[in-house]
Order: sequence, then structure tokens, then C-alpha cells
Amino acid sequence: MSVELGHFALILAFSLALAQAFFGLAGATTHRAHWMAAARSAVIGQLVFVVFAFGCLAAAFLRNDFSVLYVAGNSNTELPAFYRVAAVWGAHEGSLLLWLMVLVIWSAAVGVFNRGMSTEFISKVLGVLGLVSGGFALFIIATSNPFERLLPAALQGRDLNPLLQDPALAAHPPMLYTGYVGLAVPFACAVAALIEGKLDANWARWVKPWTIVAWLFLTLGIALGSFWAYYELGWGGWWFWDPVENASFMPWLMATALIHSLSVTEKRGLFKSWTILLAIFGFSLSLLGTFLVRSGVLISVHAFASDPSRGLFILIFLALCIGGALTLYAWRAPRLQSNAGFHIISRESFLLFNNVLLVVAASLILLGTLYPLFIDALNLGKISVGPPYFAVVFLIPMLPLLFLVGIGMHASWKQAKLAAMRKPLLIALGVAALFAVTITLLIYGRMSVLKFVGQLAGAWVILSSLYQPITRWRAGQRVPPGILGMCVAHLGLGVFVLGVTTVESYKIEKDLSLGTGQTVTVGHYDFNWVDTHQVTGPNYDAIEATVRITHDGQEVTVLHPQKRVYHVQTSPMTEAGIDAHWQRDLLVSMGDDLGNGVWSVRVQYKPLVRFIWLGAVIMAIGGFIGLLDRRYRTVKQTAEQTVQVSDPVSVAARS
Amino acid sequence: MTPRRRRMMFVALILLAVGGAVALALTAFKQNILYYYDPSAVIAGKAPTGRTFRLGGMVENGSVKRIPGQLDMQFDITDYAHEITVLYSGVLPDLFREGQGVIVRGKLLAAVNGKQQFVAEEVLAKHDEKYMPPEVAASLKKAHEARRVTQTVQTAPVSNEAQTLTAAGPTAN
Repeated sequence: MSVELGHFALILAFSLALAQAFFGLAGATTHRAHWMAAARSAVIGQLVFVVFAFGCLAAAFLRNDFSVLYVAGNSNTELPAFYRVAAVWGAHEGSLLLWLMVLVIWSAAVGVFNRGMSTEFISKVLGVLGLVSGGFALFIIATSNPFERLLPAALQGRDLNPLLQDPALAAHPPMLYTGYVGLAVPFACAVAALIEGKLDANWARWVKPWTIVAWLFLTLGIALGSFWAYYELGWGGWWFWDPVENASFMPWLMATALIHSLSVTEKRGLFKSWTILLAIFGFSLSLLGTFLVRSGVLISVHAFASDPSRGLFILIFLALCIGGALTLYAWRAPRLQSNAGFHIISRESFLLFNNVLLVVAASLILLGTLYPLFIDALNLGKISVGPPYFAVVFLIPMLPLLFLVGIGMHASWKQAKLAAMRKPLLIALGVAALFAVTITLLIYGRMSVLKFVGQLAGAWVILSSLYQPITRWRAGQRVPPGILGMCVAHLGLGVFVLGVTTVESYKIEKDLSLGTGQTVTVGHYDFNWVDTHQVTGPNYDAIEATVRITHDGQEVTVLHPQKRVYHVQTSPMTEAGIDAHWQRDLLVSMGDDLGNGVWSVRVQYKPLVRFIWLGAVIMAIGGFIGLLDRRYRTVKQTAEQTVQVSDPVSVAARS
Repeated sequence: MTPRRRRMMFVALILLAVGGAVALALTAFKQNILYYYDPSAVIAGKAPTGRTFRLGGMVENGSVKRIPGQLDMQFDITDYAHEITVLYSGVLPDLFREGQGVIVRGKLLAAVNGKQQFVAEEVLAKHDEKYMPPEVAASLKKAHEARRVTQTVQTAPVSNEAQTLTAAGPTAN
């Protein structure tokens, strides 16, 4: 019964979304206060019904209701309760419901926390969000209903894919969705601003915290996915330039550029077109990602097996969203003029380069991701674009960007007075170069241009980020959260770069055969294959190996890699044995039983690999600190700002 | 510098950046595009020798051969019309199984005794819940169609039993 209630709630939510869209947009354009109030009520109503629907689905999982087709396809009585909840978003239909729920939570938040912006503006934002959530609700109801019944009910479910039975992976979709679905808010704000024909610093100041929160969760979500792939997929890889990974990374690049562009619009009323277009393309890439994952055009461990009609629906939806927004932009662009200028060496110019380089990187990744699909659609053959393409194409814009970051952080608005900064920055560069030489030659003993430049870039960004907080603290000043957040986030970037460059330059991966009692040396560590034995888990059986690792005779650790076979889905799964340490990870993964007590094994030495995810977490913390800045919490005492920004006097007065 | 001149300069810089990016992309592209072929295409001579490409099909039942205790192994990939022997030394992915779809990346060796051999650098067995990579499904369908056409022309059905393999010699890597 509750399953049908859930279904009904979903349909109600769809109607409320349409109401929200209509009353929001029409109410704002015709200035009817009660219509705009209706839009705000509609969004709360949508929240209630979508959460209720989600709750009904979760309840069906928890009580093992195998008369629901989706539950039967993704759960099992042997599945631990925690994973039965996570299984709600384990496949296509349920994950779309999660998508919708996250969107509706964001919309409700906009409906509640909107101090400082005019009622008309918020109404328009809610209207646009209503269109998006209405489209998704329709998609779910029409093509991907999670509440479909299976009659007669199955006696037992097919079980959740064992790869997904993991805490990190349970958290990965909610975090990721909070991130890139959250980009719908700046998108809706951009569209609302275009409808109003007005974009000012106040708008930018209001939109920025929403963008930072979405960006923050997206950073954590991507990092979580990468970390999970590293330890769970068993083979030590942390990024594969898989099309679905790219689909989450491109919105991240756009969101990063958007945050920086919003700074410029907030402080100086410039870069309005950049900001609007970045907001539009950021969310468009999120929608594109959703299309790629669910339409069946992609071959990936992520790709859900879907039918083409779903793909077609999303594609049309995508075309409507992007097409509509861009048409609106083309129509309204003349209104978004600004007359302020800036010197060629100024914060604005650094941020312009930042935007250009990030957009170039995202476009090249998009090209590599979509090219095989185009070729296949035109029946010109089946090709794939290998990871080396992405690595090269990403590195070339990013290396100059990293060097510019170190300087741009300290540039002032309008005209940077870098003469005062020259000495500290040169010292930082020198120290970074010394560090790079030490790492490449003394510690690891192998040097190349790329290895050196990578270490240099990472160290440079870290040192440059520390400069402002340290000088301010030494002068006895407080560091405002806005500046501290920026420095911490860039510090995180530097840590990330150090991690990536060290691990990719100096990792060691060896496939070998090991028999009982044999020892092999990899990267100055001795791996002794002691024995193998059978073990049993809650819903699996496994062969577990004992591997003793020593270094110069001293025991470092004992690892227990496993080869598991889950009871329901009988495909084998590798659990790597990992010795984690901030300096290096040691991994042992079991391959195949080669007979005669010998196993094929992959042994890996990964220096500084944990810095990759540490860097991402530090970036997210930096974003969070930046949110605490007081300027986002001040209530606007003055009446709504109706000054057109093409008035240079007011721009100069505000900057 | 006038604002107009400055704007021109920025536009020029941005165009330069974009132009550089496109040139970069095209070069990186050409070097990194991997073509996909099925066994029938390889036997027909469409696949290049000495250049890395991807080969996909089903792992033939009973074709996995390995000397006990050693990493080197071989197996046959088939699209039920032709087979290719694949040599591989390393750890196999979990989803690799006889009778299931697989895609390997590597190079074709010059034919030995008229038999094509493929040295794989990487074995990919990632796929969705249907246990069949879409490219392999498409190739199988194509091969099936081709066989049906020939069947209506010939009177005897085309046989596609597995070839018996001689013991593997030293692998050439």
C-alpha cells in the first residue's frame, strides 16, 4: 500500500512542480503577490511529497518487499540493513528519485533562505527550478518508475552489486548529486537575472554562497568516488578518465570558474557574460552527464543498462534547458554591459586567464568524451579515446594555471601592485625549486622535466597560499574568513598537485606470481606470501591470503587481501590488502589461482597517494571557511537595488 | 592603452589560447585514438599490425590455457565466425570468464603458420549487468547476420568449432 502512496506522492509532486513553475514565473512578471506566495508554498509541498515518496521506497527496501520490481532487482534478505538503504540509489530508477529529492531540497532552501533579494527575483528562480524538477518528475513517472510492481512477488532479490556494498560508495551518489544538482541554483539565478534584464553586484554576492556549497559537495563527491575506486576496485587506480568520471569533473571545472567569476562580478560588476554563461554551461554539463550515464550510449562500470527512450527524453530535456537559456542570453546580452576597466596586470586579468584556461580544459575533456559517441552515431566505427589524450590535454592548460594561481592570489583589483610582492614570491619560487630538486633527485632518484615541474608547481602553490595568512598573523591582524578560505582552498589545490605528481612519477606496479613462502621485493619493501585460507563473511565466501611486509628486516605490517565470491551474484571480487601511510601506500591484490599453490598477484607502491584526497578535502574546507564571511550574512538594510549597472558612477562607488 | 585596444588584445590572446588548444587536441587525438575491431575484421586484414588497437569478442569456452604456476597465459576470442588467439601475461580482471564478453587492448603479431596472434597489454572485462560490452554485442550481431546470409547461399551450414591449439611456445612480448 505504501508503495502506491509513494507513487501517488510522486505524481502530486510533479503537479506541484508545474504549479511552482507557473505561479513563480507568471506571478513575478505580472507582479501578483499572492501568485508568488503560491510558488513558495508549492516548493514546500513538493519537498514534502518527494521526501515521502523516497521514504516509501526506502521502507520497501528495509522490509524486503520483493513485490516491487526495483527492490527485487537490487536487494536481498542477506544484505545488511545499511546497504539496503544505500541500495535505494544503487540503480537507475532509485538514483533518479534521489536526484529529484536533492533538487527539491535545494529549491526549498532557496524558498526559505532568500533574505536580501527581491520577492520577484526569488519567484523567478523558483519558477525555473520548478520547470527543472517538473521535467525530472515527469521523466521518472513516465520512463523510470521505481514503484513498479513485480507480480507475483519474487521470493528473493537479485542483490545489490557487491561493488556497491561499501560505505564510501553509499555516500558517493548523495554527495555528488548535492554538488552537481546544486548547480541548478546558480543556473536558475542566471536565467532569472536574464529575464529581469538586470545583473549586479548584489546578485553575485547572493548567488556565490550557493555556488560554493554546491562546489564543495561536488569536490567531496568526486574525491569519494576516486578514493573508493582506489581501494575497492582493487587495482590501485584513482582516476581513469572514464566518460562518467569526466561527466562529473567537467561541471566541477565550470563551478570553479563560476566561483571566481562571481568574485569579479561581486567586487567590480564585471565579467557578467562570463558568469551567466558559466552558470548555464555548468548545469548543462550536469544534465549532459546525467544523459551520458543513463542513455546506454556509454560503456563504463558506471553506466546503467538503459533503453534508448530514456536517453531521448533526457536529450530533449537537455536541449530545451540549454537552448532556452542560451536564447534568453542572446536576447538579453545587450543589457549586461559594464563600463569599468582594468589594467592588464590586475586581479581581473588573472581571473580572466583562470576562466579561459578552465573552460579550455573542460572543452577539451568534453571533446574527448563525446567524440567516440559522435563517430559511433555516424556509423564510422567504434573508437575509444585513451587516457593519455586526457592527461596531455588537461595538463597543458593546467600547468600555466598553477603558476598564475600563485601570483594572482595576491594581485589587487583594477591594477595590481606586484612590486611589493616580488621579493616574497621569488623567495617562494626558489624554495619550491629547491624542494622539487630534493624530492626528485635525493629522495626518489629519478628526474625529468615533467617530474620537476610537477613538484615545483605543487610546492609553489602551497607556499604562495601560506603567504597572506602568515604575514597577517605576524602583523597581529585577523584574517577575514573570505581570505582565509581562499588561501586554504588553494593550499588544498597545491597538496592535491603534489600528491598526483609524486604518485604518477614514482609509483611502482608489478604483476607477479607468488607461491606459498615466496618473497618478492618491490620499492625497497619485501613482500612475503605466507599462505592462503578460506574465510566466510556475512554474505560472501572468500579465499584470504596472508602477506607479511618487511623493510630492511623490520616488519612493517601483515596484509590480508581477499578474493570474494558473493552468495547471490557469483562473480568474484577482489579486496585489496592496503597498508595506508601518509608517505606511501602499499597494495597487494590477488589475481587468479594459477595452480600448484601459486597465485598471480599485483603488488604496488604508491608514494603520497593519500595527498590526492587530502588535497580535495582541504579544498572543500577552504570553501566552507569562505562561506563564513560576514558579507554573506548581512541583511540588506537599504531598499532593493534598482540601479542599472551600466552606470559607471555607481560601479566606481561600490568597488 | 585605450579600452578598445585592450579589449582587442584580450580577444587576440583568447583566440591564440583557443587555437593552441585545438591544435593540441588534434595532435593528442591522432596519437591516442584506439580503433576497435572484431575477429572477423582482423582475419579479413582490416586491422593494422604493429599499432595498438582494441579487439573484442567472446572468450571461447575451453580456450584458456596456462602453464600452472606461471603468469603467461592465452585464450581465444571469437565472434562465432572467426577466432584470434590472445597472449597475455598478467593479472586478469575479476569479470573475465569463459563464455563471456571481453575486450583486449594490444598489438597484432605477424602471422605464425598462417595463424594470427594478438599480444594483449590490457584485458578489459568491464560491462553492465548484461555481461556483454555493447561493442561486442554489435560485432556478434553483425557476424550472425553475415552467417545467415551465407547459410541461405550454401546448402551446408558453416561450422565454427574451436580450433585445437598446440602447446604454447615461448611468448613474444
